[in-house]
Amino acid sequence: MAQENETVLRVRNLRLYFQTRGGPVQAVDGVDFDLRKNEATVIIGESGCGKSSLAKAILRLLPRNAGRYDGEIWLHDQNIMALNDESFRKEIRWRRISMVPQAAMNALNPVMKIGDQVAEPAMVHLNMDEEDAMKSAVRMLEHVGVPIDFLHRYAFELSGGMRQRSALAMALVTLPDVVILDEPTSALDVLTQASIMNLMKRMKHELETSFILITHDIATSSELADNVAVMYAGQIVEVGDARRFFPKPLHPYSHALMASVPRLRETIEPEFITGQPPSLLNPPTGCRFKDRCPRRFEKCDQEPPMYTREGDRLVKCWLYEQPSA
Amino acid sequence: MVEPTGANGNAAVPHERKKLVEVNHLVKYFPVRAGLLQRVKAWVKAVDDVSFFINEGETFGLVGESGCGKTTVGRSILRLIPSTSGEVLFEGRNVFEIEGGDLKALRRDMQIIFQDPYSSLDPRLPIGESISEGLRVHTDMGGQERYETVAEMLTRVGMRADHARRYPHEFSGGQRQRIGIARALALRPKFIVCDEPVSALDVSIQAQVLNILRELQRDFGLTYLFIAHNLSVVEHFSERVGVMYLGKMVEMAPRNALYSDPLHPYTQALMSAIPVPDPTVRRQRILLEGDVPSPLNPPSGCRFHTRCPLAFDLCSQEEPPLKDYGGGHYAACHWLEVGDRSDSKLTAANIAAKKGQRAAGQAVN
Repeated sequence: MAQENETVLRVRNLRLYFQTRGGPVQAVDGVDFDLRKNEATVIIGESGCGKSSLAKAILRLLPRNAGRYDGEIWLHDQNIMALNDESFRKEIRWRRISMVPQAAMNALNPVMKIGDQVAEPAMVHLNMDEEDAMKSAVRMLEHVGVPIDFLHRYAFELSGGMRQRSALAMALVTLPDVVILDEPTSALDVLTQASIMNLMKRMKHELETSFILITHDIATSSELADNVAVMYAGQIVEVGDARRFFPKPLHPYSHALMASVPRLRETIEPEFITGQPPSLLNPPTGCRFKDRCPRRFEKCDQEPPMYTREGDRLVKCWLYEQPSA
Repeated sequence: MVEPTGANGNAAVPHERKKLVEVNHLVKYFPVRAGLLQRVKAWVKAVDDVSFFINEGETFGLVGESGCGKTTVGRSILRLIPSTSGEVLFEGRNVFEIEGGDLKALRRDMQIIFQDPYSSLDPRLPIGESISEGLRVHTDMGGQERYETVAEMLTRVGMRADHARRYPHEFSGGQRQRIGIARALALRPKFIVCDEPVSALDVSIQAQVLNILRELQRDFGLTYLFIAHNLSVVEHFSERVGVMYLGKMVEMAPRNALYSDPLHPYTQALMSAIPVPDPTVRRQRILLEGDVPSPLNPPSGCRFHTRCPLAFDLCSQEEPPLKDYGGGHYAACHWLEVGDRSDSKLTAANIAAKKGQRAAGQAVN
């Protein structure tokens, strides 16, 4: 990167536990990452690693059984964790940080017209009147490539791709600083996936928004990613610049994850990771990946710290203790 | 003609292999009913005149976007749903005409692995019961013998025999899919339809399930119809591949031929849409306009013409034939008829020259 963009969002030591009968589920356990202006940070991980809980923790959309919830989230130079719920709702949610939740395209209101639905966040969160809100809804729908005559249609009349675009328009209509996308392309066909990814690339440039993309689809994520954070069992195990991460991941887990992606026109057979991710109810002590790790050694019984490598790459693994490793 | 040596480690075999399954002009229309009397208002043409064959011991991959009819093909072959017309030959016998005891015997030979490992196992049955259900119906095995078969099948798919007493909710997605495989395998079938067997699984365990399927194919001489929407997975797993669009087979070829030289514009568009996990690759992606048209009222002529960047007059008038363009590489595109192989390629030059060539296409017409 020629010049560093300013940091929009800084997450420090974020924790979100859920209370269950079996004890606290440590869904997000001490997560740190940064998001710079006009860039996209991709959070990759298997199902059940806490990716979606992280998104909910950032937007403070907590379920009723939320237990421990602390840490710091700095939006520009304001710690939004310090705000009370009401001012968070008024000043941050959707105004500054918005979200396209998982399967949003199937969660649109079936009895509300697309135009009204996209205009609603502008009315609720920006206190626009109906006319102005509709105007910005039209502008945003144009941006995301939904034809204007869809304004008066209902969700069931639209195809999956168009519904996903409408959900994206709902998140963008308030022109927030940060948009969190939770698995935005996973239920779509490859062709639609490709056009949605192209759309998001264009949005990033045109609207100067920053994206947090949460996904398990490593190949698709590489198209939008400027930075990559790999999540495993509630923790971030590697953070780094996308152009250096994808060719050469550092953490053994990232490595195994990349090796399991089947690639087109390549003779290398995809590999798999033995075993399953650990339960977040009672995560193993020490490195959480140690039971599945091919490079495990004695030290892995203690929790590894984050090591910095190659300037700005972070990796949570004992293998990188020695600078030469 | 070079038959791919198979991802499953089989040695190269001569082209004249025995056809195990032959699908001829398969048609499946679903009625759309409406109104007080539930009269048939329209027909969804889910599968419209599809023909292909699967050789013994091979894996035939079937790809396409959702709604293109690939699952319907799989289910029609197994006679899980009645077909509208056409025939399916299994070892030379027409599956649709077999009745009674013969049909029951046939069902032993053809099994299916379902897409969703979460909903395809009975939550109230221990998995051992689910696996042995087929044995109880189709064989005269006693309880002990059935238990032994279940234990053997579970070990084959990398699980423990004592798992048989547990319930589906105690297992992860990957384990459940392996249970589904054990169930399909218990009757020692010859042919298994794998309907998106890995698409609901995390990428880190997909390869594990695929490896198991491959080992079983080698050890039991299984034949697979592998239905999937992920072109990269199909490439790693299949020997021959068919591409479907809106109920039609648009291209069918040995794997290497299809992936190195896709003839149909739709196949090319699909391949260019596959993401590559490398942010430095800035590829020219061919993007198609619009969405898949409704199978309720499919476009005339070539069904792809409404989205094809190369479409010319003939495409909307006449349906292109699915023809062999050398080496068992079948495709259905008018450009291959009126021009040569380079004319159906979605290159910038071809798309730009489209207007000029329209006239040429008319002249040939």
